[in-house]
Amino acid sequence: MRRVVVVGHGMAGARFAEEVLRRDPGGERVGLTLLGAERHPAYNRVLLSSVVAGSLPPESVRLHAPDWAERSAADLRLGASVGKVDRVRRVVQVDDGEVPYDALVLATGARPWLPPVAGLVGVDGVLAPGAVAFRTLDDCAAITSAARPGAPVVVLGGGLLGLEAARGLVARGCLVTVVHPRSHLMERQLDAGAGRVLARALGGLGVELRLGAVAERYEPGEGLRLADGTRLAADLLVVAAGVRPAVELAAQAGIAVDRGVLVDDALRTDDPRVHAIGDCAQHEGAPTGLVQPAWEQAAVLADRLTGTDPAARYRGGGAVTRLKARDVDLVALGEVHVGVDDERAEVLALEDPARGRYAKLVLRDDRVTGAILLGVPDAAAAVTQLYDRGLPAPSDRLGLLLGRALPAGAVAEASPADLPAGAVVCRCNTVSKGQLVSAWRAGARSAPGLVEATRAGTGCGGCRDAVCGIADWLAAAEPSTASAVENQRSAVRGL
Amino acid sequence: MTDTHCPYCALQCAMTIVDGEVSPREFPTNRGGLCQKGWTSAALLTSPARLTTPLVRDRSPDGARGELRPASWDEALDLVAGRLVALRRDHGPDSVGVFGGGGLTNEKSYLLGKFARVALGTSQIDYNGRFCMSSAAAAGTRAFGLDRGMPFPVTDLDDSGAVLLAGGNPAETMPPFVQHLRGAALVVVDPRRTATAELAAVHLAPAPGTDLALALGLLHVAVADGHLDKTYVAERTTGFDDAWRIAATWWPERVERVTGVPVADQRAAVRLLAEADRAHVLTGRGTEQHASGADAVSAWINLALALGLPGTPGSGYGCLTGQGNGQGGREHGQKADQLPGYRKITDPVAREHVQRVWGVDELPGPGRSAYELLDALGQPDGPKALLVFGSNVVVSAPRAGHVADRLAALDLLVVADLVLSETAARADVVLPVTQWAEESGTMTNLEGRVLLRQRAVRAPDGVRSDLEVLRGLAERLGQPGERFPVEPEVVFEELRRASAGGPADYSGVSYARLAAGEALHWPVVPDSTPRVFLDRFAHPDGLARFAAVDHRGPAEPPDADYPLQATTGRVLQHYQSGAQTRLVAELVAAEPEAYVEVHPDTAGRAGLAHGGMAAVVSRRGRTLARVRCVASMRVDLVFLPFHFPGDGRANLLTNPALDPVSRMPEFKVCAVRLERV
Repeated sequence: MRRVVVVGHGMAGARFAEEVLRRDPGGERVGLTLLGAERHPAYNRVLLSSVVAGSLPPESVRLHAPDWAERSAADLRLGASVGKVDRVRRVVQVDDGEVPYDALVLATGARPWLPPVAGLVGVDGVLAPGAVAFRTLDDCAAITSAARPGAPVVVLGGGLLGLEAARGLVARGCLVTVVHPRSHLMERQLDAGAGRVLARALGGLGVELRLGAVAERYEPGEGLRLADGTRLAADLLVVAAGVRPAVELAAQAGIAVDRGVLVDDALRTDDPRVHAIGDCAQHEGAPTGLVQPAWEQAAVLADRLTGTDPAARYRGGGAVTRLKARDVDLVALGEVHVGVDDERAEVLALEDPARGRYAKLVLRDDRVTGAILLGVPDAAAAVTQLYDRGLPAPSDRLGLLLGRALPAGAVAEASPADLPAGAVVCRCNTVSKGQLVSAWRAGARSAPGLVEATRAGTGCGGCRDAVCGIADWLAAAEPSTASAVENQRSAVRGL
Repeated sequence: MTDTHCPYCALQCAMTIVDGEVSPREFPTNRGGLCQKGWTSAALLTSPARLTTPLVRDRSPDGARGELRPASWDEALDLVAGRLVALRRDHGPDSVGVFGGGGLTNEKSYLLGKFARVALGTSQIDYNGRFCMSSAAAAGTRAFGLDRGMPFPVTDLDDSGAVLLAGGNPAETMPPFVQHLRGAALVVVDPRRTATAELAAVHLAPAPGTDLALALGLLHVAVADGHLDKTYVAERTTGFDDAWRIAATWWPERVERVTGVPVADQRAAVRLLAEADRAHVLTGRGTEQHASGADAVSAWINLALALGLPGTPGSGYGCLTGQGNGQGGREHGQKADQLPGYRKITDPVAREHVQRVWGVDELPGPGRSAYELLDALGQPDGPKALLVFGSNVVVSAPRAGHVADRLAALDLLVVADLVLSETAARADVVLPVTQWAEESGTMTNLEGRVLLRQRAVRAPDGVRSDLEVLRGLAERLGQPGERFPVEPEVVFEELRRASAGGPADYSGVSYARLAAGEALHWPVVPDSTPRVFLDRFAHPDGLARFAAVDHRGPAEPPDADYPLQATTGRVLQHYQSGAQTRLVAELVAAEPEAYVEVHPDTAGRAGLAHGGMAAVVSRRGRTLARVRCVASMRVDLVFLPFHFPGDGRANLLTNPALDPVSRMPEFKVCAVRLERV
């Protein structure tokens, strides 16, 4: 049996444990030891923005049943403090003891990056009172307990996480200001135009924005002072300025580290017995900070370490960023910083700030390679599918950009005169306009007569108005019968 | 003049036959409506294609098969019985298999199951309802302890404020039913822009094979948007926490990425259901015919439970049963794992009850499911003979080319049918039997209501009823004749006793009550109600169960060789394998041949043009179909109706990956490519 020790019990580590147990439920191939730093059972970090918004209670984001560890073959240790990794003896120091491993999985995640703002962090490295990062369930509890309706809140950082927090806090009735040092929001994922439209959309939902603003000093109880001298009152300061992979453990053990722990397609570090997945890992093809790659890596590594598929490889994947904020539909994927005048790519763009819409598509060889889609939810969903599946884009590019095909002709209700003879009026009985006209000419000179002669309208009845319309139209050509038809319309509708 | 019901789908529209012509009749299900199939159904009574004499195929000493030739009933039955006796003697009772159908009356379904288990002594009996209702049945039983497709009268839908229809296309498959959806805001879940989707307030179009993810996402939205009916969940259900932990990992943005259904539409759909005073969730084959079909239905039921719908007056969950007697056909013992009254064949108490009614000392145990049975034919441990009643498996079973090969490997194939279906044409013995208007019998419609179809016309000379066929074979197999009655009402009286005390209890039903027009929804026992779950669900504790199910995705994902996905379905003018409807001139004129719906860009890339012929190719076979370009199709999806024979069989392509619980094959999604021909 292979002893596998997992450091980190967050989204990547817990998922890896589930994937292993799915392949080896009895623990016959793999003996799992799971080391979690937090005291909480594993929870779903992606849903923390829903907890902040108040739509989900904290207990509903737990990943496992309370007795999950007891019922499974895994040895779960919460609140574990991992000292260091001894790669020669192949042991991990945990609290006062040692845990031996045959394979080590680092899933240590990432830590919030705290910007250099005076007063934000005490000498002990702890955030000042009233300031909270947005990373853990405890952070969430601190945020929601301070987030009273009408309370002024400053969110430091206009990236994905900061905006999700801001949207959630507005929903709680807080007066939210987002302070962002760059000239537009989510600058990694959006171009300037999309940033502008997003800013306007968020403004419409009640989020105040300070763009290009540098925070200078945090004064607990007072608020935040900006470099331009502005003072922003804040009962609560939410720090969402980005994260950094937690690589200390690996670095101390002498494992190769760049921004994150370097891994290959087998998710191995430069020590073949040590692996890394999720936010702490750095794989050249993987986007960072997203749950999807972490879960895919967990599945691949479980395939390998359980022996289910020793040849399994993680090949990276496209970055799809989807803002989780109610009433703001935003997807950004692939290459977005390509201008419409780029001659090597096909680029389409639509900018409609008044209605909160911005759409940009980048295509190469008929495939979507990048997109920003804001306020066009149908297009966002459809384009994401094309991108993920590598499908050729439909030739109706405008329809793709807008999320729906434009009607080919006039949308006004067609007059019976304009219908082609072959047009099916009654689906249930396959009756065409031509057949109705023929029946009329053969003597069925009333709406009930047409029904009787052709069975149109005798299935679901959905076409009775259309049959009456055709009777009217035919009668109009023979004025003497018009009134008779009128008299019979109600009878037919009441069939 | 005789009042009866339509020979086709589970809506069982009421009609009247006068001088061999049908006309619609006012009735709660069809409200005087009929679709084109119903209107033209009498054409088959006088069709020149009708079989009126048994046919026998001789084999030369080296085994080569000759042509089918007319034979007398005695010759045909003697031949069949003689071969069956020899097989049983040489290879044991399981060397003979029986394959039934969901169009058979309750009486035939019941007697066929009894014939298999008593006269043949075989465990090897299943039926085409396995391809139809099995996923919904498994999930319904799991959730409620009882599977009655609609546990409320269909007219309850008239007052519904919102109806979610997952994978159902009634505008095409049972048009008069659409009348009951007029008052509700419709949410239609279908990868295609179907005629039903055109009627929807919200059309959710998930990528093929991702319905389960969508249903999990809607449960997530229901909770996150504050629509969870906490009182109902606490008082009437169990298992929510485990189901939620999985649904929690399907937040709407993730669901959007997997399914292609926009978050905004997910929210809008749930809001419609949650804010309506009365609402319904209904499922159809689109969501059920997958290798994860039972779990998909469970996920839709979970949504309904979270919103507090099942067992609540005016609201509920139901499945849209497909075949004419799809409901009754799954209750009375032609299913591999069941005995009459919807009893489990593995339940000792149930076995004892049925043995007593049948006057026998032992019964075989459970047998193979439909596809597994077909797949085993002619294999070393599989049946060497198969009797087919009311099914056309070489058109309607998945991986149809393989199924045809298995049939060809049999020592003996016997088919009872009214016309020479594609399956009958391959048989060693064909037995011509009566059809709907030529015989009496009961049917149980989609709402669990038992209906009496009265004999209206005389059968052609030379034709016998299925009950007479079973009697004739049983006697030749040494059974006492009275054990296999030929009068439908006598069979029904025995069915009443056999079903008494079972979940589907028909003991209170009689021909006299049905003829008098009483509305009888099973269970028909004193104080029963047509709305079975109002007070309690059928589990011992009276609670409904959430099922902890997760998304798995299609069994065969597209790849470089087979980059498209194919889905199969129905058109209004044809029924099932089309063996009947393809003989009605008016229906053939409207839909004459196999076709494939495809996005115009996808057609163009494959060098195909609207109106031309295409080959659709999967790992299992190749289908020829006429191209229909449809702009609303996904670029990665093609659709084929499965009613057509020969090279146009959509089921030459389909994937027989089976659901682990229901044993439903994955008809609704497989990987294909398009080729020019």
